[in-house]
Amino acid sequence: MSSSEVQGILVSHGKMADGLLDAVREITGLTEGLVALDNLGLTPDDLEERLDHLTSDKPSVVFVDLPSGSCAFVARRLRARRANVAVVCGVNLPLLLDFVFHRNLPLDDIVARLRTHVGVSIEHTTDGDKTVPDR
Amino acid sequence: MAIKLCRIDDRLIHGQVVVGWGARLGLDFIAVVDDELSASEWEQDLYRAGLPENIEARFADVAEAIREISAWKANDERGFVLTRDIATMRRLAEAGALDGVEVNIGGIHAAAERQRVLPYLFLSPADGGELRRLGATGVEVTAQDVPGARKLDLDEILDLAQG
Repeated sequence: MSSSEVQGILVSHGKMADGLLDAVREITGLTEGLVALDNLGLTPDDLEERLDHLTSDKPSVVFVDLPSGSCAFVARRLRARRANVAVVCGVNLPLLLDFVFHRNLPLDDIVARLRTHVGVSIEHTTDGDKTVPDR
Repeated sequence: MAIKLCRIDDRLIHGQVVVGWGARLGLDFIAVVDDELSASEWEQDLYRAGLPENIEARFADVAEAIREISAWKANDERGFVLTRDIATMRRLAEAGALDGVEVNIGGIHAAAERQRVLPYLFLSPADGGELRRLGATGVEVTAQDVPGARKLDLDEILDLAQG
């Protein structure tokens, strides 16, 4: 990883972080600059210590699953004292795929991309194309 | 009664509390009782940042909680009292603030001198002593991390801790 590139750290409940990393690898063949951490058996202090070590000298986006979860709280604590850390709650695969292809951008630009360019698609059967005949 | 549960959890406000229990109990507020946190506005803001809009976080030290808890109980809003350690909950119980309320142990994690009792519960000999003091106040003490998991009573917890 280039020292100027932003790293992504996935922090989740259970094995979600490992699963997302595996999905990124499956789709892109890339996992460089992405690290997965799960919180199994870790106290918030343990998790913060690991995150602190990982982000000590690199600009980082910490992707967490649940906004109200302990992973998010720990990430917010870290961000409060680290200008080179951004926190993204509600991580999903489209966000990560966009991130791995834009790690060369400055941290602020990456955050702006993730905030505005990557939406979550929610579709429902009534939204479907009515011109497609029923089977 | 509007205090639905009292919980000891060293992670305080987190996923199991907000989603696992909060959604199940239809919580309106979470009262965090912690002497240190009640004096730290910026840490309180970090906890509030993760809560859904329909759940309010209140922070109090032990003395304030003892004064306020009868009002929390009498209110129509549904609440959850949260402490990060057994000793804080025991102080509330000894003041008579928890009469008629179940105390749930939901998460005390590994640390020096603590032995694993359950996947989410690690106790030191000093923790065991605090639990006995808490039980001696007459409140019902159980261990259960999430709704649907098996609930253990205090005797079972202490038996497991003595291995």
